[in-house]
Amino acid sequence: MVQVTINGIKYEVEKDKTILQACREVGIEIPTLCHDERLAPYGACRMCLVEVEGGKNLVTSCTTKVRDGMVVYTNNPKVINARRDVLDLLLSNHPMECLTCEKSGNCKLQDYAYEYGLVDGTYEGEKRNKEIDDSNHFYYYDPNKCILCGLCVRVCDELQCTNAIGFEDRGFNTIVATPFNQGLEKSKCVSCGNCVSVCPVGALQPKTKVKFRYWETKKVRTTCSYCGVGCQMDLLVKGNQVVGVEPAFDGFNNGLLCVKGKFGYKFINHPDRLKKPLIKKDGEFVEATWEEAYRLIVSKIKETKENYGAEAFGGLTSARCTNEENYLFQKLFRAVIGTNNVDHCARL
Amino acid sequence: MMTLEKLREIKEKTRPILEDRLKKEGKTEIREDGSIVLKGDYYKKQVRIALRNCEIINPDSIDDYIALDGYSALGKVLFEMTPAEVIDVMMESNLRGRGGAGFPTGRKWNEAFKYDADKKYIICNADEGDPGAFMDRSILEGDPHSVLEGMAIAGYAVGADQGFIYVRAEYPLAVKTLKKAIEQAKEYGLLGKNIFGTDFSFDIELRLGAGAFVCGEGTALMESIEGKRGMPRVKIHRTAHKGLWGKPTIINNVETLANVPIIYQKGADWFRSIGTEKSPGTKVFALVGKVKESGLVEVPMGMTLREIVFDIGGGVADDRAIKAIQTGGPSGGCIPADLLDTPVDFESLAKIGSIMGSGGMVVMDETDCMVDIARFFLDFTVEESCGKCVPCREGTKRMLEILEKITEGNGEEGDIERLESLAETISSASLCGLGQTASNPVTSTLQYFRDEYIAHIRDKRCPAGSCQALLEYYITDACIGCTKCARNCPVSCISGKVKERHVIDTETCIKCGTCMEVCPVGAVITR
Ligand SMILES: Cc1cc2nc3c(=O)[nH]c(=O)nc-3n(C[C@H](O)[C@H](O)[C@H](O)COP(=O)(O)O)c2cc1C
Ligand code: SF4
Ligand code: SF4
Ligand code: SF4
Ligand code: SF4
Ligand code: SF4
Ligand code: SF4
Ligand code: FES
Repeated sequence: MVQVTINGIKYEVEKDKTILQACREVGIEIPTLCHDERLAPYGACRMCLVEVEGGKNLVTSCTTKVRDGMVVYTNNPKVINARRDVLDLLLSNHPMECLTCEKSGNCKLQDYAYEYGLVDGTYEGEKRNKEIDDSNHFYYYDPNKCILCGLCVRVCDELQCTNAIGFEDRGFNTIVATPFNQGLEKSKCVSCGNCVSVCPVGALQPKTKVKFRYWETKKVRTTCSYCGVGCQMDLLVKGNQVVGVEPAFDGFNNGLLCVKGKFGYKFINHPDRLKKPLIKKDGEFVEATWEEAYRLIVSKIKETKENYGAEAFGGLTSARCTNEENYLFQKLFRAVIGTNNVDHCARL
Repeated sequence: MMTLEKLREIKEKTRPILEDRLKKEGKTEIREDGSIVLKGDYYKKQVRIALRNCEIINPDSIDDYIALDGYSALGKVLFEMTPAEVIDVMMESNLRGRGGAGFPTGRKWNEAFKYDADKKYIICNADEGDPGAFMDRSILEGDPHSVLEGMAIAGYAVGADQGFIYVRAEYPLAVKTLKKAIEQAKEYGLLGKNIFGTDFSFDIELRLGAGAFVCGEGTALMESIEGKRGMPRVKIHRTAHKGLWGKPTIINNVETLANVPIIYQKGADWFRSIGTEKSPGTKVFALVGKVKESGLVEVPMGMTLREIVFDIGGGVADDRAIKAIQTGGPSGGCIPADLLDTPVDFESLAKIGSIMGSGGMVVMDETDCMVDIARFFLDFTVEESCGKCVPCREGTKRMLEILEKITEGNGEEGDIERLESLAETISSASLCGLGQTASNPVTSTLQYFRDEYIAHIRDKRCPAGSCQALLEYYITDACIGCTKCARNCPVSCISGKVKERHVIDTETCIKCGTCMEVCPVGAVITR
């Protein structure tokens, strides 16, 4: 443990922590645009600047470790002005399209602009003007809104381990791109959407047909139904419709999902979705109650077993079921029906 | 296998041959103490340590290098000194990094020495990206073994067995020379396994850079060697502890390393006797610009700028008045003529708003516009910013835009303040040295030549007469009315009768300069 003084108050914090971690632990807010606890320190956005007494320059709190006796200021005028200047530079190269931007209401740049009182960037001059990459089926990249925080690139590299995207060109012309700028569609991208989930601004956005504002939605925590991994996620629900999915950071999946969990939610509100059992009567499927359906299944099983024996059955269960459900299914086949003919789609 | 005995034999055999050749060429003289130096006024005031062998030995011949005591320092270090003693000597010599920052080499080595690890690396930074700098190149092309020997000594000191030379691919001759030198040193057993038959092994490989200035920054260079995009890392660890592939790594500049062997030959006291107390030794400068004799000069630290420009460089070209000296390349500043008596060392230059940098020294005369010089360097920085961090990526671009505006005659009130505020943000909030020093050319010219900025902005005038957009073509009363200018003006904006003084309509003039060229009596001037 070391002792640090933050904004005049003394705290005991663990030795290996960064100033940012220490501050967050004791409840002091520091703005960040490029930081993610799951990733290696990066230090690009310079929003997390703080003053450390005795230092020549301000330091980025996300990349500076605490030292015993350190005296830190997180919100003195010098710090606030420096952060405002950094924001000003970002906004000076940003299309101010909050009115129509899908990210509005959930955008860190917008939030900080509000907090630091900036209506627009003060520097007039060239703005990035590059083509949108909308070749991917599920999401698009708008380089003009990109603040180059690098979170997408690093998530794809360090967590998703796909390495589909990187930076292209340098300096003012830098953008996020796929190798040889061939576009997302032709890249190694597996459309997991983990980059989309971390983008702090509206540069990486899901392609959604439904118009909604974040403040109109409520989050409903659920477990992904696609596979047995059981990722935790929040459904964004507007009215009675699911309009988006965000990974849960407090679940074991640690803020990650796969393409199915992230983007494959449209079945939920799909008109063709089966909500009641169907029984074929006179060559036509007609809706039935669960009671009716179970009764039919039981009678057919009994009938078949009597006439043809237990070996006439084969059971195939789905990877979308949990471990427990799969266990019960094989138990049903082995103990109740009496056959070992039971298998699982994940083996096929 | 190489032995000290064999090394001496080679030296004794080669030295007379080398001396013969040099005598025939007549460019050098042999001093009483046996040292060989270049003749001529240009060299008289120079003290050549890093360049000691350049233009004297044949760089392709390891024997030539050995003839002038090459590899004797490595032998001495391996047989007579422990790594800790090697580091002690380096600390005592107070050799400071010649790559720009002037960090004491001994202290850096000591950090890596103390840090326990299964693998350590030595990197020679031969990226030399400053426009107009060519000192490292000259060493690599003229005396490659001094760098190899310096690296091997560093390797022994810190416990590294692998070295990399990161050299820009735009230096094909340096690459070729280095390759040959490494091959020869390996053949002689001066690199590779069990050097001099000891259990010290050290290998060196080349890595070619693709010409990005930022790859000269130590951590970006390491990223590049690792095969990643050359972007600086955050300084959460020292590279002497966690550098290349996360292992303790020493990175030193070419010139720094070339100084290493001779320090072990002659001792730390000898080295400290040259230069100043805080900046011992010499520094190589690329003296260019409006100077009579341009080229590389190596001088003891503490020599004044005036001595370098006038006593060595022979003064300003065309005998114009000197206006300023720019030192330190794109990270440096412009020093006005009235500070010419400033001694050149790390502290003195920093005090007056410039830096030593890697040793660029550009002499400027009264026809050089200081705003335009600042714009030139900013243009370079904007081009070379890696784009990782916001202040540098976005801020330098805005600075450049304002400078362009000013030099084009569209400067507005408030531009100077905007430049100053940007400079403050960029230098205090950028991630790496490139951004942190990028505004030096602007702040130093604002400090010493603020009037020039004001003239551009308020009076739309370029006092140096260099910014095209602010020039006005004007016909003086020397005009004889020959009509030649009027007939040649592409936009027909010159009026006047035959044998009468002509007048230029400055609104229409496109500043092509044709009239000035064709006027037989020199009546057209710019003002
Ligand atoms: C943008 C930038 C470019 C640099 N380029 C070079 C270079 O070309 N050569 C060099 O030796 N050092 C360069 N440096 C300095 C290196 O980061 C490093 O300090 C140096 O190589 C250390 O060696 P030294 O201690 O021997 O000087 C550069 C630094 C920055 C910030
Ligand atoms: S990305 Fe954020 S700041 Fe930019 S337009 Fe969208 S909501 Fe506004
Ligand atoms: S969707 Fe997944 S694989 Fe594709 S770029 Fe984003 S993180 Fe990488
Ligand atoms: S796309 Fe988003 S996450 Fe990626 S660098 Fe740009 S702003 Fe950051
Ligand atoms: S389908 Fe994908 S998101 Fe859903 S639980 Fe499985 S891995 Fe997680
Ligand atoms: S200061 Fe410039 S060169 Fe250095 S990391 Fe930032 S953007 Fe890259
Ligand atoms: S500078 Fe060119 S355009 Fe202007 S007056 Fe002379 S000839 Fe004509
Ligand atoms: S959060 Fe620290 S630099 Fe971006």
